[in-house]
Amino acid sequence: MRPLSTIFWLSMKEVRSFLGDWVLVGLVIYTFSLAIIAQAQSNSQELRNASLGVVDEDGSALSHRIVAAFLPPYFKTPESVAQGDIDRLMNTGRYTFILDIPPHFQRDVAAGRAPVLQVLVDATAMMQAGIGAGYAQQIINTEVSDFVRHARSPGVPADLAARIAFNPNITTAWFTSVMGVITNVTMLGIILAGAAVVREREHGTMDHLLVMPVTPFEIAMAKVLGNAVVLTVAVGLSLSLVVRELLHVPIAGSIPLFMVGVAIYLFFAMSIGIFLATIARTMPQLGLLFMLVAIPLNMLSGANTPLESMPPLLRSVMETSPTTHFVSFAQAILYRGAGLELVWREFVDIAVAGVAFFALGLIRFRRVAVAS
Amino acid sequence: MEPVVRAEGLRHRYRRRDALAATTLDIPAGRIAGFIGPDGVGKSTLLGLIAGAKRCQTGTLQVLGGSMKSARHRRKVCPRIAFMPQGLGKNLYADLTVRENIDFFARLFGHGRRERSRRIGELLAATGLEAFGDRPAGKLSGGMRQKLGLCCALVHDPELLILDEPTTGVDPLSRRQFWQLIERLRAHRPEMTVLVATAYMEEAERFDWLIAMDAGTVLATGTPAQLKAQTGTDTIEGAFVALLPQSRGQRETLIVPPRRAADHETAIAARGLTRRFGDFTAVDHVSFDIQRGEIFGFVGSNGCGKTTTMKMLTGLLPATAGTATLFGKPIAAGGMRSRMRVGYMSQSFSLYTELTVRQNLDLHARLFHLPAASIAARTEHLVRQFGLEDWCDQLASSLPLGIRQRLSLAVAVVHQPDVLILDEPTSGVDPLARDLFWRLLVDLSRNAGVTIFVSTHFMNEAGRCDRVALMDSGRVLATGKPQELMEARSAQTLDEAFVSYLEQAKGKTPVPTAPALRENAKHSRSTFSLRRAFAYALRESLELLRDPIRLGFALAGTAFLMLIFGFGITTDVDSLSFAVLDRDNSFESRAYLGELRGSTYFIERPPIRDANDLQERLKSGTANVTIEIPPGFGRDMKRGRPVAISAWVDGSMPFRAETIHGYLEAAHRQFLADPAIHGNGQAASPPVVEVSLRFRYNQDFSSVYAMVPAQLALQLALIPAILMALAIVREKELGSIVNLYVTPVTRLEFLLGKQIPYVAVAMTNFAIMYLMALFIFGVPLKGSFSALLTGALVYVLATTAYGRVISAFTRTQIAALFGTAIMTVLPATMFSGMLTPVSSLSGIAAFSGRFFPMTYFLPISLGTFTKGLGFGDLAGHLLVLSLFFPVLTLLSLLLMRPQET
Repeated sequence: MRPLSTIFWLSMKEVRSFLGDWVLVGLVIYTFSLAIIAQAQSNSQELRNASLGVVDEDGSALSHRIVAAFLPPYFKTPESVAQGDIDRLMNTGRYTFILDIPPHFQRDVAAGRAPVLQVLVDATAMMQAGIGAGYAQQIINTEVSDFVRHARSPGVPADLAARIAFNPNITTAWFTSVMGVITNVTMLGIILAGAAVVREREHGTMDHLLVMPVTPFEIAMAKVLGNAVVLTVAVGLSLSLVVRELLHVPIAGSIPLFMVGVAIYLFFAMSIGIFLATIARTMPQLGLLFMLVAIPLNMLSGANTPLESMPPLLRSVMETSPTTHFVSFAQAILYRGAGLELVWREFVDIAVAGVAFFALGLIRFRRVAVAS
Repeated sequence: MEPVVRAEGLRHRYRRRDALAATTLDIPAGRIAGFIGPDGVGKSTLLGLIAGAKRCQTGTLQVLGGSMKSARHRRKVCPRIAFMPQGLGKNLYADLTVRENIDFFARLFGHGRRERSRRIGELLAATGLEAFGDRPAGKLSGGMRQKLGLCCALVHDPELLILDEPTTGVDPLSRRQFWQLIERLRAHRPEMTVLVATAYMEEAERFDWLIAMDAGTVLATGTPAQLKAQTGTDTIEGAFVALLPQSRGQRETLIVPPRRAADHETAIAARGLTRRFGDFTAVDHVSFDIQRGEIFGFVGSNGCGKTTTMKMLTGLLPATAGTATLFGKPIAAGGMRSRMRVGYMSQSFSLYTELTVRQNLDLHARLFHLPAASIAARTEHLVRQFGLEDWCDQLASSLPLGIRQRLSLAVAVVHQPDVLILDEPTSGVDPLARDLFWRLLVDLSRNAGVTIFVSTHFMNEAGRCDRVALMDSGRVLATGKPQELMEARSAQTLDEAFVSYLEQAKGKTPVPTAPALRENAKHSRSTFSLRRAFAYALRESLELLRDPIRLGFALAGTAFLMLIFGFGITTDVDSLSFAVLDRDNSFESRAYLGELRGSTYFIERPPIRDANDLQERLKSGTANVTIEIPPGFGRDMKRGRPVAISAWVDGSMPFRAETIHGYLEAAHRQFLADPAIHGNGQAASPPVVEVSLRFRYNQDFSSVYAMVPAQLALQLALIPAILMALAIVREKELGSIVNLYVTPVTRLEFLLGKQIPYVAVAMTNFAIMYLMALFIFGVPLKGSFSALLTGALVYVLATTAYGRVISAFTRTQIAALFGTAIMTVLPATMFSGMLTPVSSLSGIAAFSGRFFPMTYFLPISLGTFTKGLGFGDLAGHLLVLSLFFPVLTLLSLLLMRPQET
């Protein structure tokens, strides 16, 4: 009873402190609204507005037909380019793709000579290069086949009906907006809790707490709870107002179930924050530690690039990371409509990691809490 | 003689409060003018305004013959003014040595090398600091730090020396030496005016001219004799109290009633208490007994071990040796029962400044588990007892120090403890508030039987204690009743007695000579002085080098992140899991699946049982893609009937879905082209066109060649910007920013000077990452190194300038850090072409990208590494990139305030 009351009142204090710092409040609002909208507008995951140049040395009906088939939103309207400019334009990154249609292309196709059509791809544009090359190949094949079919008509024996589940049009915004919210949870969770501890130590109020009948456990727990409440509310609002209402991203699963997961994950993130705060002596040190921990956790969690593509060793390390579990259950619940029966294991894993870091933080807490 | 300061209707407001009501005042030149009065009455505000540290809001203020509202005049006279702000060593740099600190200030005032070393020598000799020239300022005692502050203030021979509470918290011997030094200085330079604010009324006796202030207004001015005559009192303290408006004054002097000697129970006992930090002994075998109901005083300067001893008594710090008991029970860290009996008030009245007075009281009552029903009554009682009625709903951060002190005491006694441990509860508080505070203490001791252990550096307060311990350098010099101690040293006052004990302990210090200050240095009037910018660069570098943790992070951090990202973020998607529902299981269906099974991209999972299972697999994410082959697939293929294979791709990650889709299409085409499946003599239709894909710059399309140069760009944006923002906000938070306001250094010099070390750090980062790219990631540089190097330099100038702009918006280091991280990570990873080509962005993303320097450096990094480009191809990007630095610099200049508001 006593610890509960202590934790409750200290948590209230945390919430008040947070609301009193308008810079922090502003940043939290910004990261959960404008920043999410901005991320939703980036098209990093899909082929959108790829820049395309065309060297048409044939000038035939077929070549026009191929060029005309490169359509928005996948490709920008193709622009005509001179043969000699190809290198320069690719060097400066003006075009990601350049199509080179050789002379007598139509004639050779008609004659069945299977002429070569070159597609130059700027392979430094990692995300677009691979997907775009596939699209280009398919567009050209389709157009040429259609053209040829007027002459001969070989039936297509088998068709592949590939459909994309959960996100039929492969809209990046669906992905980046939700992942943006998730990334924020990790960043803010760690920094709010860590900073709250360092700030009390720097202002000397930690001494004060420790001479009162208050245990380090209660102090740490209150930091977690107080800040978790703030962030949970922010996540809920961001998901329902910004992501769902404003960006029209459909959410397949149960938001309450997801919020339970967020709360568990926040316990982990804030335990990390408190643990880091027991290592750092000053706020700038905490900040640098934070960068070294939070950024890898986020970037390698599968919220940016697929986990499948990491080197095996790194991948198996990251698969134990609670952030990876968080991203994984967030995708499962929010996109694929998974229920508790599919995600409870991940909830447990995250909770266990949270308890472990919380305990570590507590062990170090008393030793370093007193400013010397 | 023309007055040195002339104020008319000068008024200053903070938010809604008047810090200084309309004030009209002339201060004569060539005197020591003392500002006396309670804390928070506007002394510091007025001194800040005179020094030019604060911006004049309303009214006129003439200093040294010109208006301080005019930036030109301020620039002209600032070399003639020296300002030592309140708080010991607040404008000094703790990581720098004594010599380096003075050297820094000398550079700001434009002294040449020889001149600097001459002046440093003289000043060190004059203040007796020669032996400590190489000691970091942070490790000096209070008295030495104050002398160092004076050295830094005197390094440019000011005509007007402004000292804001220079002797607060310093032991009496050092204080005495300080005033002797000032007097000798003035003997050499009688034309120099000294303005002093002080909390020690006995010091005010020796000033030439006094300004008594209360509640933002000047009560009276005149010589000490005039003031005493005017009020008919014989001390300045008395005169001041008499000058106060009737409502505030409590004229009767405080008399401490004697203890009822009945109680001899020992409340606190210490035996050989010792505490060491590394090889530094903070407390050295301290022993004493405090009886129940006694007021026991600990007297000594800042840093003499009072605080450490008290922390051991509260159980905050474990003792290295010795024992301490509370009512006979040993004090152990973590013992809950003893905590209910002790109230503690730490130095600097640590309160939750973001809470109101009432909220603070309420919170502490809750934490001590007072019965919920009694909390309101207890809070109300404390508010009345401590006279906090008018402040109940104010934030603690906005309270004047005296009120904060009372609130701190109220908070410490909220649970009615038996023992109160008060660490310098009255420092920085005016005599009236101190008297009021002592009345409260006396009441608690004599009427409630509370044992009070109090530390102080005010001798008149020490005189009110039942017994005192005089402390210096971790040792107790003497313990006893104040009267006994004075008699023992045959001294008139306790102060003298203490000085005598100190001299006995330290040995007589030689009387320092006054510095022979001569000609004024030539102050560079130019708008930009390299020397001053360099002074800041040098100082920042020294601080960075002395903070191995920050430096280590700055250097190793980028390498670590580069390693993680370089290996971790690849867009080569493989190890994709697929599961099959083969309803046909014919030669043809197996041949079809064979295309996938043979692919290095796919890993097969156990076959799917039915349609439900298929859905589950996708939902749980155990299969990225499911393939369903319809019954009769092989038969229909042979007969040439159209058949459809159905594939479901998990779309939760769009990029992966797109890639899987592409792989599937390719496998499908390959299957169709395989002549083996068209068994019945039907030859596969020959291809009508060959599409040749040429991946330029990266033939095997491996993402490391793109990712490593991108990482170089990303890391150079992140950590340098953060370090830069922190470096500037740190000065704001610690208070040393005041040097920018009151010395000739300009904003541009300040900004550029501080930027130089971080540009150097960033370039070192660049070198490390470049070598990592070559030797760890095996990404060769195909293009021009000099183009890359030039680009990197221009780029880090831009990214550090970016951090600098962000620092203008933030007040705390934490906000600076957080703000910079967010304002950097997002545009760097999303809008600068790292994952999506800039040419494909739209909306806010495209807009943000255009104004972020990485957008222009990424093509340079990629171009030189993978495309084999040189200056010619990259000139456009370089040109745009080089615009960032001047534009961002201009922006930070506009955003940065030349004075405090």
